[in-house]
Amino acid sequence: MASPEKYAPPPPPSDTVAALLAFTVVAVLIMPTLDVFGVIDHFTLNLWGKYLCYALLALSVNLLWGGTGLLSLGQGLFFALGGYMHGMYLMRMIGDQGQYHKPIPDFLVFLGWTELPGFWKPFEHFSFAMLMVFLLPGIIAGVFGWLAFRSRIKGVYFSILTQALTYAGALIFFRNNTLMGGNNGFTDFKTELGFSLLEPATQRGLFIATAVVLIGVVILLRWLEGTKFGLVQRAIRDGENRTLFSGYATPAFKLFLFVLAALIAAIGGALYVPQVGIINPSDMTPEKSLEAIVWVAVGGRGTLLGPILGAVFVNMLKSYATRAIPDLWLILLGGLFLLVVLFLPGGLVSLPEKLRGLWQRFRPAPTSAPAA
Amino acid sequence: MSPTRITSLFSVGALALASLVSPARAEETVKVGVLHSLSGTMAISETSLRDVLLFTFDEINAKGGVLGKKIEPVVVDGASNWPLFAEKAKQLLEQDKVAVTFGCWTSVSRKSVLPVYEKNNGLLFYPVQYEGEEESKNVAYTAEAVNQQATPAVDYLLAQGVKKFYLLGSDYVYPQTTNLVLLEYLLSKGVPIENIGGGFRKDASGKIISAGKYTPFGHTDYQQIVAEIKQFSAGGGAAVVSTLNGDTNVPFFKEYAASGLTAESCPVVSFSISEDEFRGLPADKLVGQLGCWTYFQTIKSPANKKFVTDFQAWLGKSTVPGIVKDGRVTCSPMVLSYDGVYLWKACVEKAGSFDVDKVREAWKSGVSFDGPGGKVTTQPNMHLTKNVFIGETKADGQFKILKSFDNVYGEPWLKGKFTK
Repeated sequence: MASPEKYAPPPPPSDTVAALLAFTVVAVLIMPTLDVFGVIDHFTLNLWGKYLCYALLALSVNLLWGGTGLLSLGQGLFFALGGYMHGMYLMRMIGDQGQYHKPIPDFLVFLGWTELPGFWKPFEHFSFAMLMVFLLPGIIAGVFGWLAFRSRIKGVYFSILTQALTYAGALIFFRNNTLMGGNNGFTDFKTELGFSLLEPATQRGLFIATAVVLIGVVILLRWLEGTKFGLVQRAIRDGENRTLFSGYATPAFKLFLFVLAALIAAIGGALYVPQVGIINPSDMTPEKSLEAIVWVAVGGRGTLLGPILGAVFVNMLKSYATRAIPDLWLILLGGLFLLVVLFLPGGLVSLPEKLRGLWQRFRPAPTSAPAA
Repeated sequence: MSPTRITSLFSVGALALASLVSPARAEETVKVGVLHSLSGTMAISETSLRDVLLFTFDEINAKGGVLGKKIEPVVVDGASNWPLFAEKAKQLLEQDKVAVTFGCWTSVSRKSVLPVYEKNNGLLFYPVQYEGEEESKNVAYTAEAVNQQATPAVDYLLAQGVKKFYLLGSDYVYPQTTNLVLLEYLLSKGVPIENIGGGFRKDASGKIISAGKYTPFGHTDYQQIVAEIKQFSAGGGAAVVSTLNGDTNVPFFKEYAASGLTAESCPVVSFSISEDEFRGLPADKLVGQLGCWTYFQTIKSPANKKFVTDFQAWLGKSTVPGIVKDGRVTCSPMVLSYDGVYLWKACVEKAGSFDVDKVREAWKSGVSFDGPGGKVTTQPNMHLTKNVFIGETKADGQFKILKSFDNVYGEPWLKGKFTK
């Protein structure tokens, strides 16, 4: 997996600062303002909120794949777990406003339950749910990573195991007896911290929160890249054995990165649920994690901007094409992926450079006029 | 900031703008949403509903449309992806501003879009058998409720002398709820609890709260379950009530036939296998097994004959990309989609408006349509009164109609209804 790439020093920090500043202005100030004044509709802003959550998942994938050479095919599990933990709080906040008008969630009623199972009880506290958003995915990533890296599981074997992990998660959550909503998962949320989720203002707040978190994660990852830790991370990507023999305990580094990536995915999932309005086990199936790999590949692996760009671009295209060409959109998307893999291996972020190269090659050369 | 980054940012911005622009439309049409999965695992079933909807719109448009306006379908692909269903529903309601939507197959897709329809006060016509226990003013349930499929089927079996019932289903909300209701129903009919097979769910105090054997989607190993059924049916007079979904039926019925169980020794009544499913199932393994729907293609009526002929003719001429033209059949979800469009048209015409609140009032006042499966009538609880048929599977994937129940009232709230 780890192709021998040359170590490129990170670009000067001023670049990132400027890009971040531009993004902050657009996402935190301009888009919500346009929404307030009705220039863009609530649907569009809400959709962008979802894209930004996907961008967090893409950053999580990229931290491992592009940054460390670990292709995890199971990041969707942590995304969904973060979503489920937040979802449990949102389910409790429905109160007796469900279809059955009972004080417990509807899916428990149709399973025949009359009382709330014990493990559901603390989730009526927002702070507990938020703690669990980090704790559960963090612990699962920690235990899995510890076992995998300690046993020196690498490359394609690691990829297969992560895929199996998320599939196992999906099977567990599909079971109705897991008491997590089964195939339907959680839906029909009403309020978050007392604010109605149907209100455009609440959705706007969630959008801004997502943008702020995304910016925070980008700053964190950018900072990490610049530290000695980041250097070791790239060393692991480019030659793990050499790094190991240089005296670095690579399993510990990888474990830290795996847990960090899980937490980034989890917070993405937690923000995703109130904006999309549903979380169910289909988000844990391996296909969902594979989709995130595609976003990163399309956007540009190993960069910070690439995964965000890829997640937003691919999902935007999907939103557009499932409406504009519902019979043919899969062919369009498949074609795009092929084009990127064949002609743009560096992803969308490398497009301007590629175009510049082409321009250099084909521009008319006035000094050397062709012979007649 | 490097040029690379600036260009990238601009390209994101430009795409964002592009996604906002939608083309202007002529005034003489009314936009109608079609929200089904045209790709993914559900595509095989749901594409048929898209096809029949487009056929119905063409049929209505050829006769002048609705209130003088031509129906302009807005087809979107939910892609068997439940969060995407919610997104597409928002798009249809908030951007396209459709007057009505016909769509969804799975319960989870309906649950996913329900908050969107309630928030925007939209109207969704839902055409596929479902578990009930839901009654939204924003959904017109043309679907079969549990008492229009499961309980009539049990009534039929009881009349045939069946005394023992084995409940088997896929593990999701429709089978879980259906079996919960069936448990209560069977007990109320005097079937002793030891004659109900498949296992029981008990609460902390040991009280039985539900019944049934459940297998995950895509389950393939039915050896043990079939052995259990064989043991259960040993004394005769037993039947299997199956809510197994989709392709898991293939390994189940193969195993069933291999074990020596037959439709005579222990019939299986399935609620999720219609004519359309036999395009992907081996019908010869199911000969003699039972089905229960509010429509079968073999219904002999002029309305059905015309419907089947016209649909086939439409398919032949259709230019929809990728549409399947060969070996097509009609089935209950398709007919309930067809009926739904005509009922909506009738409600709009009665209300004299496309306004959702007015259309709903017209629905609640009771509107009828003579469809291919007979007369259907709207009810104040947003469900439909319709005929229910019991059929026996034939080798060609069609059903021989054995019995019909006329004008069954659609009742969504059944849990606890049959307990004394």
